[in-house]
Amino acid sequence: MPAVSKGDGMRGLAVFISDIRNCKSKEAEIKRINKELANIRSKFKGDKALDGYSKKKYVCKLLFIFLLGHDIDFGHMEAVNLLSSNKYTEKQIGYLFISVLVNSNSELIRLINNAIKNDLASRNPTFMCLALHCIANVGSREMGEAFAADIPRILVAGDSMDSVKQSAALCLLRLYKASPDLVPMGEWTARVVHLLNDQHMGVVTAAVSLITCLCKKNPDDFKTCVSLAVSRLSRIVSSASTDLQDYTYYFVPAPWLSVKLLRLLQCYPPPEDAAVKGRLVECLETVLNKAQEPPKSKKVQHSNAKNAILFETISLIIHYDSEPNLLVRACNQLGQFLQHRETNLRYLALESMCTLASSEFSHEAVKTHIDTVINALKTERDVSVRQRAADLLYAMCDRSNAKQIVSEMLRYLETADYAIREEIVLKVAILAEKYAVDYSWYVDTILNLIRIAGDYVSEEVWYRVLQIVTNRDDVQGYAAKTVFEALQAPACHENMVKVGGYILGEFGNLIAGDPRSSPPVQFSLLHSKFHLCSVATRALLLSTYIKFINLFPETKATIQGVLRAGSQLRNADVELQQRAVEYLTLSSVASTDVLATVLEEMPPFPERESSILAKLKRKKGPGAGSALDDSRRDPSSHDINGGVEPTPSTVSTPSPSADLLGLRAAPPPAAPPAPSGAGNLLVDVFSDSPATQPGLGPSPEEAFLSELEPPAPESPMALLADPAPAADPGPEDIGPPIPEADELLNKFVCRNNGVLFENQLLQIGVKSEFRQNLGRMYLFYGNKTSVQFQNFSPTVVHPGDLQTHLAVQTKRVASQVDGGAQVQQVLNIECLRDFLTPPLLSVRFRYGGAPQSLTLKLPVTINKFFQPTEMAAQDFFQRWKQLSLPQQEAQKIFKANHPMDAEVTKAKLLGFGSALLDNVDPNPENFVGAGIIQTKALQVGCLLRLEPNAQAQMYRLTLRTSKEPVSRHLCELLAQQF
Amino acid sequence: MHLEPEPWRRKSPVARHAGKRDRLFSRVASPTSEPIFFSGLQFPVGCAREGGRVLLPEVRFYAWVPQQLPEPEPHRSRGTGATGVRTGVAMIRFILIQNRAGKTRLAKWYMQFDDDEKQKLIEEVHAVVTVRDAKHTNFVEFRNFKIIYRRYAGLYFCICVDVNDNNLAYLEAIHNFVEVLNEYFHNVCELDLVFNFYKVYTVVDEMFLAGEIRETSQTKVLKQLLMLQSLE
Repeated sequence: MPAVSKGDGMRGLAVFISDIRNCKSKEAEIKRINKELANIRSKFKGDKALDGYSKKKYVCKLLFIFLLGHDIDFGHMEAVNLLSSNKYTEKQIGYLFISVLVNSNSELIRLINNAIKNDLASRNPTFMCLALHCIANVGSREMGEAFAADIPRILVAGDSMDSVKQSAALCLLRLYKASPDLVPMGEWTARVVHLLNDQHMGVVTAAVSLITCLCKKNPDDFKTCVSLAVSRLSRIVSSASTDLQDYTYYFVPAPWLSVKLLRLLQCYPPPEDAAVKGRLVECLETVLNKAQEPPKSKKVQHSNAKNAILFETISLIIHYDSEPNLLVRACNQLGQFLQHRETNLRYLALESMCTLASSEFSHEAVKTHIDTVINALKTERDVSVRQRAADLLYAMCDRSNAKQIVSEMLRYLETADYAIREEIVLKVAILAEKYAVDYSWYVDTILNLIRIAGDYVSEEVWYRVLQIVTNRDDVQGYAAKTVFEALQAPACHENMVKVGGYILGEFGNLIAGDPRSSPPVQFSLLHSKFHLCSVATRALLLSTYIKFINLFPETKATIQGVLRAGSQLRNADVELQQRAVEYLTLSSVASTDVLATVLEEMPPFPERESSILAKLKRKKGPGAGSALDDSRRDPSSHDINGGVEPTPSTVSTPSPSADLLGLRAAPPPAAPPAPSGAGNLLVDVFSDSPATQPGLGPSPEEAFLSELEPPAPESPMALLADPAPAADPGPEDIGPPIPEADELLNKFVCRNNGVLFENQLLQIGVKSEFRQNLGRMYLFYGNKTSVQFQNFSPTVVHPGDLQTHLAVQTKRVASQVDGGAQVQQVLNIECLRDFLTPPLLSVRFRYGGAPQSLTLKLPVTINKFFQPTEMAAQDFFQRWKQLSLPQQEAQKIFKANHPMDAEVTKAKLLGFGSALLDNVDPNPENFVGAGIIQTKALQVGCLLRLEPNAQAQMYRLTLRTSKEPVSRHLCELLAQQF
Repeated sequence: MHLEPEPWRRKSPVARHAGKRDRLFSRVASPTSEPIFFSGLQFPVGCAREGGRVLLPEVRFYAWVPQQLPEPEPHRSRGTGATGVRTGVAMIRFILIQNRAGKTRLAKWYMQFDDDEKQKLIEEVHAVVTVRDAKHTNFVEFRNFKIIYRRYAGLYFCICVDVNDNNLAYLEAIHNFVEVLNEYFHNVCELDLVFNFYKVYTVVDEMFLAGEIRETSQTKVLKQLLMLQSLE
């Protein structure tokens, strides 16, 4: 074979490269390059026509200069000229220049496309390949438009050379990925599938990639590829190690093609045809058998190639998840790798086993390797291997081994890399909760977490322990005792103080009988930490103190003394100051009864998904930010780490307590958790009281309001909404809602949070919550410019007689919004009667002197006041019959505007507000819901039924309520959501 | 063809100078170390950012423990098997050949990146790969992807692929590629790649195209390369 000497053919280029390499400094290099650029420029501009060789040489030099990191602003035309040369070397340099320096100069694109067109038509396979490679490398839309129709033809033409077919297949793949709309499926698709039978293995290799990509979007068009892929695979797998000659790599027949075929099969469910399936299973078994055979070579290349196929085979087995025998065999094979001396194999085995752990057939088999995995966690040198070991422990955890795994992970946490500590903390917290048999163990575990890695314990984790302790009265006493003990440590983490403060404030009474933890001792213990804590923690502790005044009247004088101290009453932090002032006043003004009501124990938290789980999902989610949106995390590892779906393992060890806490509740919250700083007990009690103590009358708020108003300081943080309703401007003052207002409103029918509006100047975000006939909405106005908004005034307007149906109290906001700043407005909403139109939100301000105004529909619709109602099928049908008057029913049949996914539909209906009733409708595809709309004046019972028809892509929605307009209105609102 | 991963012998005396003054393909490093985003993730102007994260509207629910209101979000539906159907389109995102000093000897991109992003990727890959020792795996997580890499003498061959791609298949694809280079350049050394950079692109295009493996047979690739070599 001829050796390729350096820069052969282009001596000038080799000299230039040597010169650059000999430059002693950056300056010298730049000087040399500038000299060369001047030289090339003069050659290109000179009168003498350059011959092809010189042109090629200079273009190649320019390319080299570009690759060094310098800008090139000429030479493109010369490169394009090279394309029409009929010498390969000149053409090649031209195409290379174009591929590396893509330029969207339209004039050139036309010329380039023209040259490509000529080469594609040349019937010279070398030139055709060059042109195809150029299209594949550039992959621009313009090229797609020009050639997407030609390439399928070249690909399936009978007279195309093999190498051209290979390039054409991958070129088409690139164009399809870039602009799928330009590549219409057609009769060529069937012939592409048959390329799997091609006798040239290179063609098959390229074609499999193309088919794998195409079949993802058009699975039915390519169904036949399954049996062809199986037979191809079977021929490769069963061939002897030398049969395939050129395609045998270190005694392994066609490893890359095998892997690709196995990946193609993972796009489809197991084959239905028994013969095909049998053949495939035979292949998979052969691969597993070969793994046990002695190696044909000691070279790592041999074992890598063999194992590449093995791991892909195991992926397919896991994908099918239907062959218990193969799953267990796969698991045993991976078990052997766990102790292999090659780090790569240990890593891949751990990773692969993670997905096996979620299959019910292999979960038990995976569990037998627990000791090896724990050992890996302790001894592996490569942190990424330890990480996989931790993932696997998390995946194989169930009730039987939870205690062992949690304690190992806690131990690992002490030495774990800082980068992964937070994730380990989350995982430990989730496992401890999910598999807690007794909740004292759970509390101990979380407190240990805080002790070991307090800095990495995020808010979600300590919120969660508080939620669980609040909801489970059997653990409250233990929790109080344990945190009390933990707080006695001389140095304890601030998160411990937070948890301790909250728990003692709620349940300190449960340990007050013990003289060692008497109320004054509890108080002085907490207060000894007070000064070392951040503002947020101190705010929380102040809330604890006021709770103590209620729990332990004997501490009242001491605590009032603390609150009265100048350091509190005149604290520079407005939140602390306000709390001190308000709590002090509350404790001196309110009677014991009132105090007991206001400061009553927190009601249980509503069931919902663990916030920790949501956080872990966010951490592991694909949203880390990239343009590569078709990339996803490994779905399997996602599965494991998400873990919400009831995996077979959790089904086999049911955990009733976890259910109570809504661990498996369906809709994962997408909203980020609110920051902690604002934990304000006082108002929370107010906002909860209508819901938890309906007997108290409609307006406990006002009762306290009058007492609190006078002493409350003039602070922008005033706790309660401005009692005077904001002066509504006359409806004539505001413009009509913007055209998109209805569409924007629709987005919020089934959800309470999100961005309501956004343009170049302003963003309006919404967070809201509703209970019974009351609601509270937070509007966030963000100034997206760098210029202050002036005279900023958002107001809520009630068109028509809406005011008698819906009361909205708004708080005024500052009239200036600085550039980049965000202001918040609180709205208190009370539904008086049923209503049909939403209130309007009018926002006016001056931006750079120009008045701006905007009218939107406030996302308050009647369904927000839904209270879900659970009922048995019998009750449902009885009520359904009672509402049988024609005007009580509203029905709509409509086309689906979104993909018909049962889970999404369910989430939407729950977001709409009704309860979803299972086992009511005889057809499991249908959804049935029930709820009561709460208004101050009356309650409206609602029943609904949604019947999807996947074939027709239609829905039928029926609503029955006791009020005719409500039925119709709800029906319209809901129908727009699907 | 008995090439082990290490025998990247230097045959040319010039190779000894292949040190500090090589400036091949390397660009001026940008001094910033701010978080990097691909172009797809552009935040609206004026949107507050902190630590690379967009700050969502701050919400203050008056509660001890702020409540999270559940929001409907499509649930990933499970496929027939434990892992569901693979939806990600697996492909090579880029191929890099770098020396120990971080000089790029080849950069082949299979996605659109602008020049600054390319430079940042090159630097990041170098930082991630060079700190690993021989006992470590040949795989390393990288942003939302992974890098499969192998070191031959002073050169790192890196392929960036999707996380669910087959690690060993790409690891051996690297070796297959290196064996072809070794055969084609007759005992290849780093300098061959410098002086024949335009030929290396041809070798790459023969073996990898559009982010996929195109041809795996060394015999076929070399035959084709020699045929092209003989053309004028």
